[in-house]
Amino acid sequence: MDLITTTAAVDAAGVLLGGHGSPDHLSADFSARLRRARLGLIVALTGVVMIFVSFSSAYVVRKGLPTLDPQSGTLVHDWLPLQLPSFLLVNTLVLLVSTLTMELARRQAAREALATEISRSAVATTSTSPKEAQRMPWLALTAVLGLSFLAGQWLVWRELAASGFYVSTNPSSSFFYLLTATHGIHLLGGILTLIAASAAYFWRRLAESRAVVVDITAWYWHFMTFLWVYILCLVKVAH
Amino acid sequence: MATGEFAAHAAHAHAAPTSWIRKYVFSLDHKVIGIQYYFLALTAVFVGMILSLLMRIHLIWPTATLPFLGEIKPETYLSLLTMHGTIMVFFVLTTAPQGGFGNYFLPIQIGAPDMAFPVLNMLSFWVTALAFIVMIAAFFVVGGAPLHGWTGYPPLSALQSAGPGEGLGADLWVISIALFCLGALMSALNFITTTLDMRAKGMTMMRMPLTCWSWFITAILGLLAFGVLLSAGILLLLDRNAGTSFYVPLVTINGQLAGHKGGSPLLWQHLFWFFGHPEVYIAILPAMGLCSQLLSVFSRKPIFGYKAMVYAMLSIGFLGFMVWGHHMFMSGMSPYTAFAFSVMTMAIGVPSAIKTFNWLGTIWRGRLRFTSPMLFALGFVSLFVSGGISGPFLAQPVLDIQLHDTYFVVGHFHLIMGVASIFGIFAATYYWFPKMFGRMMNESLARWHFFISLIGTYAIFMPMHYLGMAGHLRRYSQLTELNYLHGLVPLQTFMTYAAFVTIAGQFIFLFNLFWSMKFGKKASDNPWEATTIEWTTTTPPPHDNFGGHMPVVNNGPYEYSVPGAPRDYVMQTDPPLAKAH
Repeated sequence: MDLITTTAAVDAAGVLLGGHGSPDHLSADFSARLRRARLGLIVALTGVVMIFVSFSSAYVVRKGLPTLDPQSGTLVHDWLPLQLPSFLLVNTLVLLVSTLTMELARRQAAREALATEISRSAVATTSTSPKEAQRMPWLALTAVLGLSFLAGQWLVWRELAASGFYVSTNPSSSFFYLLTATHGIHLLGGILTLIAASAAYFWRRLAESRAVVVDITAWYWHFMTFLWVYILCLVKVAH
Repeated sequence: MATGEFAAHAAHAHAAPTSWIRKYVFSLDHKVIGIQYYFLALTAVFVGMILSLLMRIHLIWPTATLPFLGEIKPETYLSLLTMHGTIMVFFVLTTAPQGGFGNYFLPIQIGAPDMAFPVLNMLSFWVTALAFIVMIAAFFVVGGAPLHGWTGYPPLSALQSAGPGEGLGADLWVISIALFCLGALMSALNFITTTLDMRAKGMTMMRMPLTCWSWFITAILGLLAFGVLLSAGILLLLDRNAGTSFYVPLVTINGQLAGHKGGSPLLWQHLFWFFGHPEVYIAILPAMGLCSQLLSVFSRKPIFGYKAMVYAMLSIGFLGFMVWGHHMFMSGMSPYTAFAFSVMTMAIGVPSAIKTFNWLGTIWRGRLRFTSPMLFALGFVSLFVSGGISGPFLAQPVLDIQLHDTYFVVGHFHLIMGVASIFGIFAATYYWFPKMFGRMMNESLARWHFFISLIGTYAIFMPMHYLGMAGHLRRYSQLTELNYLHGLVPLQTFMTYAAFVTIAGQFIFLFNLFWSMKFGKKASDNPWEATTIEWTTTTPPPHDNFGGHMPVVNNGPYEYSVPGAPRDYVMQTDPPLAKAH
């Protein structure tokens, strides 16, 4: 009997870990919630994609657009290439590392949901509790890395402003501030969710609920990392 | 985002609320949220209607002094038309059919206890309500409401000093639109997830009522379109307040350089209409789904060509994203591009015609029951055809250059997008009122309302086509100053009187709505003898929609007059029909 419930719980974790666990065996409520939350996330990310598609097309159009120069009365290109601070690379590295820690946090939350499921179903036969001592704070670490990324972006903005590029200076700088700010706001949403999920651990909220939140925040986070790399490519192609 | 994630927790069974605030104000129940959306739209439609009345009065008595308002100045006329268009398109045509009836009936029709993310659902309503308050606030700030029309073309919309109303009023307008986009995106997320993930056992996609299909497709359009409008609005806000030049080229106002250079006003037009054209279908698709539903119920016949209806709606939705350029034929676009947009636009005529002929096929030789919802559904088909037929004219770039910005366009879109969709809302109200409020609406008042509305709207909007062909431009506030328009003033006068009568007729509806809530005849659980799941549950439905048990679906949504069946309708939850017929 133990074996059967353990298999079911392993399946549950399999779904979370991206394996091929069959959803038929798990606690129906949990797998339904996970599926629904992931579906909702995919739909939400489609909306986010449309926002960045709009900005990208505006970027490409505006960059290639000749404008009237009032002095000479001729059409000129007024797009000034932006000297991007090299500090951006450090930020990118921070975000890439954070997406790794986020993935580790996701797997950790999945394992904890699995452990809860096992201990709940096997409570009569065994008395071993999940090891708490070696628990790595991956979630908190990800949140800290995310905040460091945002702080780094702030430094990048400061550096740009110091070199004379403000929001309204040139379309190139307008777009740079716009894209980084929009991305930053989206990432901030992820960070707030991470903080809430970390807090939920200390409030002893149900491991399964936490696992669902952490799971879709992780996919959201990975997407934000991908989006950042895309934005970087977009503004780098300008050179 | 974050809210959506946590809302997933509450998706299953949130207990019935006990406090008044949780029950009626910050409710998680999709039925209460649906009614909240409906009353928001009802408030908005009366505000929008009063604005249109003021415009009609000003057009024929331009120097009249009105109580409270005094004389309407030309710039006031422009702000009236801006606010009329914005309020009607966003807070009525987008809000009532989807947010109102979709919220209330999508979960019940697919056999779900609630929307997928109830907290998100509540949030999307309150964000939309906040957007409406911000929009109305634009009337009461220094300079008043904006002048730039509901399409908000820059540079007019992007410069604070472009006119009265383009200061704080226009900022509030942009902020309101952005908030509305957020609400609409959250709502679309909920509708799509609910439809895909929460259907009852046996409710396959191809057993969904066409209303559910229309809400589902509308949500997809909303998801793809509102993000683009949100982006466009952010750029506009930056141009207005942060000195950027996304849209504003080198312009002077009263001889002064405005401080921008190099921006492209056409960029706004592209982004706006990439949203704006799908928006037309966001307004009309739910009405199409509802019309299909009602024609089948009240003809006692299955819908003609269910699959064709689904594929027609899908292709209308798809093509809707390919045709935004037909709003920009006048912008100096390449004739080749214009040709492509023109062909794509006319292609939409095909699925539209499929739907129309299927509606006719549905009522053909049916046993028609001319109830008030049926009358409004038939009125919808009439308006859809009358308004749609001028579409292929406007889709021709050469004709459009003549007709663009004339009353011809105003007549076209009011019939097909405005009034047709409003008739859908009326039909839905008369049809579902018994389920929502437990009583029937008064049938004779409903008939008066129908005939006054139908004749009235034709009397207002049909003559606009003639005005347009005669070269009468829209947005002109004072007709007495232009010689070539003098001959058209009698027609304008006729339209204004028609508007008086039509608007008076709407108060019959308002009275009927509130009177019937209190004094209407008690409704049974299935007063229309319809087949879909909402009619299996009690009237009004309990908190979890089905009182503890979940429905199991065995039949399609339109099993009327089935040979050999005991009644002339077989409900979706009835035992399965034999495959023989």
